[in-house]
Amino acid sequence: MADFTNGFWGIYITVLTVLGIAGCALLLWSQSTVRIDIPEGGQVETTGHDWEEGLSELNNPMPRWWMWLFYITIIFGIIYLFLYPGLGTYAGKLGWASAGAYQKELKVADEEYGPLFARYQQTDLTLLAADPTARAIGERLFLTYCAQCHGSDARGSKGYPNLADTDWLHGGDPAVIKATILEGRNGRMPPMGAAIGSDKEIEQVAHYVKSLSGSAADPIKAAFGKEKFAACAACHGADGKGNQAIGAPNLADKIWLYGGSVSAIMESIRGGRANAMPAFDDFLGEAKAHLLSAYVWGLSNAPVATGNTQ
Amino acid sequence: MYTAREEIYLRQIKGRYASVRWLFVWVTQLIFYGLPWLSWNDRQAVLFDLGARKFYIFGVVLWPQDFIYLAALLIISAYSLFLFTAIFGRVWCGFACPQTVYTEIFMWIERKIEGARSARMRLDRQPASVGKFARKAAKHAAWGAVAWWTGFTFVGYFTPVHGLSAAVVTLTLGAWEWFWILFYALATYGNAGWMREQVCTYMCPYARFQSAMFDKDSLIITYDAERGEPRGAHNKNRAADANRQGDCIDCSLCVQVCPTGIDIRHGLQYECIGCAACVDACNGVMDKVGSPRGLIRYATEHAMVNRSTPAHILRHAFRPRVLIYSVALLGIVSVFFGALLTRTPLMMDVIRDRGAMGREVENGMVENVYRLQIMNTDEAPHRYRISVAGIDSIHLETADEVGLGATETRGVPVTVRIHAGKGDKGSNKITFNLQAIDNPQLYVTEKAVFFVPR
Repeated sequence: MADFTNGFWGIYITVLTVLGIAGCALLLWSQSTVRIDIPEGGQVETTGHDWEEGLSELNNPMPRWWMWLFYITIIFGIIYLFLYPGLGTYAGKLGWASAGAYQKELKVADEEYGPLFARYQQTDLTLLAADPTARAIGERLFLTYCAQCHGSDARGSKGYPNLADTDWLHGGDPAVIKATILEGRNGRMPPMGAAIGSDKEIEQVAHYVKSLSGSAADPIKAAFGKEKFAACAACHGADGKGNQAIGAPNLADKIWLYGGSVSAIMESIRGGRANAMPAFDDFLGEAKAHLLSAYVWGLSNAPVATGNTQ
Repeated sequence: MYTAREEIYLRQIKGRYASVRWLFVWVTQLIFYGLPWLSWNDRQAVLFDLGARKFYIFGVVLWPQDFIYLAALLIISAYSLFLFTAIFGRVWCGFACPQTVYTEIFMWIERKIEGARSARMRLDRQPASVGKFARKAAKHAAWGAVAWWTGFTFVGYFTPVHGLSAAVVTLTLGAWEWFWILFYALATYGNAGWMREQVCTYMCPYARFQSAMFDKDSLIITYDAERGEPRGAHNKNRAADANRQGDCIDCSLCVQVCPTGIDIRHGLQYECIGCAACVDACNGVMDKVGSPRGLIRYATEHAMVNRSTPAHILRHAFRPRVLIYSVALLGIVSVFFGALLTRTPLMMDVIRDRGAMGREVENGMVENVYRLQIMNTDEAPHRYRISVAGIDSIHLETADEVGLGATETRGVPVTVRIHAGKGDKGSNKITFNLQAIDNPQLYVTEKAVFFVPR
């Protein structure tokens, strides 16, 4: 048993349990040899102690069936301890474990609900997004598994992308969304402070980046920053429109994952950014990921209903 | 140290209180056995659907969120018990307790098959024979049938009873249905057939704390010792010997009819379940010997000591303890039914997204996200309008209408926005309102918090 650092406690518990049961059995056996027949209308003896104001305690014998219940309890206990884990490190004849019980429950649930998810798996994602039942299932799945980070309305927050707009870090095709869910994503921007130079130069680049999306920026600083932006263009492109193949964000729109103020952009340049979305393949399986992809895709695309999709 | 049970061969008794008890047997059992078979709007009228966590009681559908009603019901039961015990003693035990009711039914079966008290005693003394075995087997089979039907009915409150009866006929009961039918049947058979008075004397805690609910003005079954003693065989010259002879003729009928096998002439005992069988028996005897009824009767301890009249007892019934119990009971009952009748079949929980406190979006607007857990506890579908209030310019960014099917629960994500500069930095109190479009009376308002980043 991993809970203990050495074998002593297992033995300690076993000895205590066995002694306890044996003691109970012994006491019961010694008592069950004395049968008391109360004579008709006779009075039972008292314990002999006078509590107060003549209050004494009758020494009533226990009913026989009650005694049998005690024996049955002891027999039950012995059988239980033989079959189930209870005596120290002994795992029990049945090999039952709470982890195993959980796995079993999961299996039963998968058998029951698996087909519900699986029947949608062959349907094209864009068609699925138009199916109200599939959308409802997708919404529930999203609220359960995705909403913690991306928000209940899927619009994300700082560091967690908005899934309800048309801006995609890695691409918004249904198949790409599904790949993102199944395999997860790693978004890494290296710290660029050293490559760009002083704080002043970083600020100039930040102003330039702001100007890319037409946001208010100091035109002089931006003009200086444009030269330095060459260091960024390798990933974000010369026009700053990003590269979905490597997950480099589009800097020419007004959507900011880490904030669009000059100070926030400077922080991104100086320290870089590291972000990760975990892979859900092992956890959810493809059938659920399929429904989720359709739901997420449908958030920013108007699905065209083509009748019954099943 | 143990003792074997002494079999109690109960003598059948007829009388006023026995009739009342049979009335209670009929009423309680008609309700218990009959209720699952009633229909209400194409569904079982009373069904406790544990799997779906919905509890149907005629027109009302209760959800786990309505647990408070169950708590109130238990409090009402407890206070009723206090009140009735303070006035009438253990009338619950003697007339309405399932243990008494089923024992009564089982004893009736026993009497029909094995005969009256003396016949049963004779049968048990006989050596084993085919006839004896046949009678015993018939009795246990009949007991088993009643017990089975009781277990079946019990499960019928939790599983739709029509499907259950079909499953019984086709032998396709599920494992848990089997278990609970047999468990409840076995409990009925064992308790009403074998355990009987031992349930009251050894198992039931109520028997042991009854004295805490009694006072000297509670009605209890009382033997009028002053009138009855000295007891002895009745003789013709009794009138002349009136000084020496009490009214009790020591016929022991009161002991023979006692379901717990006690002698009420020893006074109040914890075994006494207040069934008044001895009152019926003694009244019958008194009629025969020409003495006035009521040697054993319902009376209070005070009345016995003071030799007071029934009118006196009645006056004492309105004592502070009883009045306080009555007021408390009346209050809880009114609140309970008031709440149940004005209950809105709509519930909503507002769950704020914890991932992000508040986010700034275009034009400096601030956005918060909530999940509205909407529960339509009505048995009809509804469309609702969602609205939000509490801060100037607050509005819903997402759709303000939502449709829910009958008894459906849905988590609806909503995005709420305010304009730049509105609201206080930090927490702002807001309210969500949900109102049925087809019925403006059907609405619910819940408080929530809107967060503006500092």
